[in-house]
Amino acid sequence: MILSCREATRLASQGLDRPLSFGERVRLRVHLAICSGCTNFSRQLALVRRAVQRLAS
Amino acid sequence: MDDFRAQVESERPYLLRFASLQLRDRHAAEDAVQETLLAALAGETGFVGRSSLRTWLTGILKHKIVDAIRRAARDSTVLPGEPDMAEFDALFDKRGHWQEPPSTWGNPDQTLDDKQFLAALKTCLERLPAKTAEVFMLREHLGYETAEICKVLAVTPTHCWVLLYRARMALRACLEESWSRPWTRKK
Repeated sequence: MILSCREATRLASQGLDRPLSFGERVRLRVHLAICSGCTNFSRQLALVRRAVQRLAS
Repeated sequence: MDDFRAQVESERPYLLRFASLQLRDRHAAEDAVQETLLAALAGETGFVGRSSLRTWLTGILKHKIVDAIRRAARDSTVLPGEPDMAEFDALFDKRGHWQEPPSTWGNPDQTLDDKQFLAALKTCLERLPAKTAEVFMLREHLGYETAEICKVLAVTPTHCWVLLYRARMALRACLEESWSRPWTRKK
């Protein structure tokens, strides 16, 4: 089953908050491999996470 | 001992910045810092010097901040409703593809060093709705696990994930729009 971007963004976000199941990880990876928008999206989330850590200092 | 007191006191500005990122109410942030300094000076949890003074104080402060959030959540009479996923409809087309696909934000290490990026992030955080920002910062700033956040705020894990998703969607959209990329700036 192919994920839509909408579903992929939800999984990418939840992957930062809970361990994804094997099936979820595979579907997300397959989607990211063919979608540059969602690849940028998940990199943006990772960057925001790191950036928040720098705000207090 | 007075030396220790002075060292602890010198961390007050940092601690206030740290607390203000999580607690929007200035007084609540100041109270949490004050309680932290008092607890530290009273030796409630001894500083053994294994970690830096700042790390130790920040550890105490985190607890004081969560206490404040828990108290506020208990006092609040409005129970948060389950969020509606329809709010994200406009971002995607009927088949669930991006209307406007996210762009690249360049080399992560360089972007993290960009002061304008961090400033834009701060502004974007302030624009988030209070509850959304609270959950997001509990997760990303204080580093709590979703299960703990749910307990503190008395919401379901699904609700937490939706709030975190909402926060991230809003933040990245805000940054996409407001951060001027270094490579487009005039030298």
